[in-house]
Parts: sequence; structure tokens; C-alpha cells
Amino acid sequence: MDVFSSLMDGFATALTPMNFLYAVIGVVLGTAVGVLPGLGPAMTVALLLPVTYALEPTSAFIMFAGIYYGGMYGGSTTSILLNTPGESSSVVTAIEGNKMAKAGRAAQALATAAIGSFVAGTIGTTLLAVCAPIVVDFAVSLGAPSYFAIMGSSRLRGFASLGLGLAIGLVGLDVVTGQARLTFGVPLLADGLDIVVVAVAIFAVGEALWVAAHLRRNPLQVIPVGRPWMGKQDWKRSWKPWLRGTAFGFPFGALPAGGAEIPTFLSYVTEKRLSKHPEEFGKGAIEGVAGPEAANNAAAAGTLTPMLALGLPTNATAAVMLAAFTQYGIQPGPQLFESEGPLVWALIASLFIGNLLLLIINLPLAPMWAKLLQIPRPYLYAGILFFATLGAYSVNLQAFDLVLLLALGALGFMMRRFGLPVLPLILGVILGPRLEKQLRQTLQLSAGDPAGLWSEPIAVTVYIIVALILLWPLLFKLIRRSRPAAAVRPAVAVQPAAADHTEQRQDSSAPGAHDTTDDGDAARRSTVPHDTVPRDTTQHEKEKP
Amino acid sequence: MSSSPTLASRLKGRSELGVALLLGAAGALVIADAARIVTPYSQSDPVGPKTLPFIVGGLLLVCSVMLAVNVLRGGQGEAEGGEDVDLTHPADWKTILPLVGAFVANILLIDWAGWVISGTILFWGSVWALGGRRYIRDGLISVALSLLTFYGFYLGLGIALPAGLLEGIL
Repeated sequence: MDVFSSLMDGFATALTPMNFLYAVIGVVLGTAVGVLPGLGPAMTVALLLPVTYALEPTSAFIMFAGIYYGGMYGGSTTSILLNTPGESSSVVTAIEGNKMAKAGRAAQALATAAIGSFVAGTIGTTLLAVCAPIVVDFAVSLGAPSYFAIMGSSRLRGFASLGLGLAIGLVGLDVVTGQARLTFGVPLLADGLDIVVVAVAIFAVGEALWVAAHLRRNPLQVIPVGRPWMGKQDWKRSWKPWLRGTAFGFPFGALPAGGAEIPTFLSYVTEKRLSKHPEEFGKGAIEGVAGPEAANNAAAAGTLTPMLALGLPTNATAAVMLAAFTQYGIQPGPQLFESEGPLVWALIASLFIGNLLLLIINLPLAPMWAKLLQIPRPYLYAGILFFATLGAYSVNLQAFDLVLLLALGALGFMMRRFGLPVLPLILGVILGPRLEKQLRQTLQLSAGDPAGLWSEPIAVTVYIIVALILLWPLLFKLIRRSRPAAAVRPAVAVQPAAADHTEQRQDSSAPGAHDTTDDGDAARRSTVPHDTVPRDTTQHEKEKP
Repeated sequence: MSSSPTLASRLKGRSELGVALLLGAAGALVIADAARIVTPYSQSDPVGPKTLPFIVGGLLLVCSVMLAVNVLRGGQGEAEGGEDVDLTHPADWKTILPLVGAFVANILLIDWAGWVISGTILFWGSVWALGGRRYIRDGLISVALSLLTFYGFYLGLGIALPAGLLEGIL
């Protein structure tokens, strides 16, 4: 079937009244949680996993698609009106966006973000639909070298997180021999840890506890905003940055290790250089909002490419969506487009619909979203814990799952405290058991003959490439390590040369303490507020009275 | 560095070493658990149930050592920020402990007292821990949320949450 007719079938599925309703719910919910501090699309999808058991997979994914795009849009509202980006991908938007808001141009900033997101999302989704298989080949072939060029700095904490995830994935009975692994004689652990419980614990409980421990004492000032609109001049200055931002965002999103941080940053730098009003940068230049916001959304569309085509999520929301796939018994991976064609095309069609809905719903509703920022924090975070508990409990109706929820929530807390990214952990939990099962069952079918592995070459090749991509930075680092970087002062971390994008990002803040963990990981929220010096623990200790 | 710093001063502010320790312990546990498994060699399953645990355990141990070295050389994980996160003050255990208390109370009560009661305690306790002091309003919202979710799950999703003590009333 060719792309166009498949897509039309997808639209037919997505536009049935019920599915359309789920798309609307998804978009509204996604924007709300994107705007709400502390809640992100990944956490929302995780919290909704138990509830969506009762839904058709197609309806659930249509809703998730709405949440995914809505969350991206909502995040930009927060960073423009509050100047505290909730997601690392909206850090750059906040730089100019908040300056614009402070100068009384919040309406224009929100409008250029919304329309730019729409343009980028539409182009990005079109690219996703038209050339997903090609993009995947390209992304994989491009993956390894770009990966280490971009992620040159320490991936150590990422690997630690991956190891923990793989260990969690081991718990339960071995699929082939039925041997108990890491169950400690507890029968309730024999079935393994439910991915819903793990996802809710890491994303919701861990996050709520972490925020509770550091809750801001004096609430931030929200800049009031009217209905977003743009003048002729604003349009003129926005459309090129939108397109350039899209061009940066999509390929990076599609890269197995891409993410949205780098393209948003590249877009910002480019717009600053190309702008006819470079003097406005730092004081609220509209190009500095239009470009990065488009890059952010195009990257969001790009991210779905490796997720749908390879089963490899590159941001947290995609990871939780992958968990949802496995919950429905759908095998993500290279065959997904063939085996679940109608579902995938309905998902892609609903991305187009969600994108349009976002524009229609959100331009008039912006003042209302801004009000959401005022919600009393005790209710917000108590509510997250409440619904996390409810969701995790409702899966099996076992109080034991809540014990696991708390324990894994504590793990999530610790990971946030010490900068371990959460995405590799979730990947380990989802993909570890799948890889092992596939390898061993393939061998079993061929009676232990390794040649059996090559009877299904596509899957194996893809997984080997993915493994190489993941391992490459480590090998690279080991090679570098063997040639010791002489006389490194302990205060300044070892920074491989390739990490220069961090250096620049930090330049825009202040010469703060450098840090070894700069992996531009979409799962982690950034801690680089651009007008405060990043602090480290030693400073905390000193500040204690 | 001419004079080698004392162990105590090296450890100060290096709580991240605890993470290395945890990774090491997890790695050792995974390997010990796998070593215990006895399986006959099987022609058709040459990989066996022990290989992956050994690899994972090894990965965790390597990460543990590398992280410890990294921390001792001055490396530091970057604590996560967010809209409501203020990293200028240290972790506030006076919030966390009551919050965990409310969570544990819910675990202990849910099967016996039922979701409506335990959920109310969970929400109300969490709001209190987070600084809510409008007891009546907080209490009413807690009861309303628990009741709504109880009936919502029952009627909407067909999931019967435990009614517990209120069995027959609800």
C-alpha cells in the first residue's frame, strides 16, 4: 500500500467521532499538563497507562498523540510566562520568550510559539509519514559518529541508569527455562515488575517527591497575558525562523540519540546570526522564540520516527508510549509498520489532527492556561501522588505493588538528585527482556545453531546497530581515558572536546561550575536556568547557616 | 595538589559516592543471584538464564567503580531542576517524611479500610505535608476525590477498588 492511501485510511480511523473525541481530550489534557509545573507529557502518559487498559489501543494512542504534542506546546507557555523551563527542550525558548513577555509582548511570543509549533509539527509529521523508512535508514547510518560527536561528555550516569533498568527487567521467571531471577523467594515477584508500576514510580512518584523536597518557598511571578496575536512585522520576522527551526529539529529528533536540546540551541544561534535585529537578542527578539519553538516541535515529530520504525524511543514520552505498546501486546520494532499498519497510520493521522486542534484550541485559551499556573502547589503534588497510587494499584489490585511503587519512587528521587537520566532506565526495563527473549528463542528454534540468528537478519542487524550506537561513546571514552588528560584540576570535570555545545550554553548563563553529566537527554529536565549560576552541592553546604 | 587531602575532607560533599555504592551492591546482588541458578547445559539454549544477569551485574559493577572514581576526581551529577524546584535550599526532609508517611499509611490501610478511607488519608496527609493548612477545605476535597475515583473506576472502567470498612454503604 502506498503512503497516501494508508494515511487516508489512518484519517478515516482517527476521524470517527469517538476517536476524534479522544484526540480532543488528549490535546486539552496534554496542554494542561504541559502548562502545569511539575507535570510533563511523560508523567501524564504514565499515569494514564492503567486507565487506558479499558480503551481500544487505537483510541489510546490517538489520545497519547494529543498529549504528546499538547505537552510540547504547554511547556513553551510555561517558559514564556514563568521563565522557568520545565523541560530541557524549552530552555532556549525561555531566553527570548520571557524577555518578550516582560516587555509586554507575551501575546506575540505565545502566538509565534503556537503558530511555529503548528508549522513545524505539520511539516515534521509529513516527513514522518512520507519517509519514515528512509529516515530510519539514514538516522541509523548517521547515528554512531554523530552520537559521539554530540554526546561526547560523560555518558557514565546514563550507563548506570541503563544497568539499573536492565536489573529491574531481570526480575521474575526466566522466559525460556522458568528459573526465578532476583525474586528472593517472593511469589509476587515471579511475574516480574509491571512496566506500568515502574513507569509511574519513576516518572510520577519520584518526581513528586523530588519537587516536594525542593518546593519553591516564594511562588514565581506569572506574567498576565491576553489573547495571543501577531502584527505584520511579527509575521515577517517569524516565518523564516519557523522553517529553519523545522529543518534543524526533525533530523535531530529522528537520530537515535538526538533529542530537542541541540536543535533548539542551534536554531537560536542561527537566528541570532542571521537576524536583522541582532541587538534585540537578549532583550526579547521574536526570532529567538519562533526558531527554537519550531525546532522543538519538529524534533518531537522526528522522535516518533525511530520509535515507530525501530522501537527505539529517544525521549521519555516516547519511552512510555513504547511501554504502552508492549502492554497491548504490540511488538514495537522494524516490523511495526507492517504488522500494525492501521494503528500506526491512525496514530500519524491523529498527529496531524492534534496539531491543528492545538492551534484552534490554544490561541483563544491562552489566558485560561496562564491561570492554571496559579494552582496551589500542595493540591498539585498531592494529586500526583494520589493518582499515581490509584493507577499503580488498579493494575493488579495488590497493595504489594504500592510497596514497589514507593521503593522505585525513592530510586527515581535519587536519580534526580544525582543527575542520573531516567530514559536509559526505562529503556533497559522495556528492551532488556525483549532482546534476551528474542535472542534465546531464535537460537532455540534453530536448535542452538547460531546460524538461526541470521534467518531473521533485519531484526538482528537493527539491534546490533542499536547496541553499537549505544556502546560507541563508552568505547570512545575508554580510548580517551587510556591517554590520561594530564593535570586535570579536580574541580573542573574532564570535558571531552566534543562537548562544546555545553560550554556555549553555559556561556549564556555564567561561568558556573562545570559538570560531567551533560548528556542532552530529553528525559531529564534541565537545570541550567540562564540567569542563575548552576549550583553544586558544595555550594549548598556552604550556604547552610 | 602537593599535600594529599585527608579522607574526611575528600568525602565531604560527596554523597554521590552513595550512588556508586548502591550500583555496586546492585551489581553484586545480580551476579550472586545468577550464580545460584543451576541449569543443565542445553544444546538449544546455549545462552541460558545466567548470561544476561552476569552482563548486567558486570555493567553495574563497572559503572559503580567508574562513578566512584569520577566523583572523587570532582565530577558531579547535575540535580534536576523544574518550575517549582528551588535548588538553593537543601532537601526538605520535614516535607518528605510526612509525605512518605501518608503513602505508607495508604499501603497499610487500603486492603482493610478500603480506598475511600485510605485515599482520603493519602491526599489529605500529602496536602498537609506540602504545607496546606486549610483543614476543612482540604478534607472535603480529599473525600470528594476518593469518592469520585472510587465510583469513576467502578462505573467507568469496571475496576472495583476495595470498599473495605465501608462495604455495603458504598
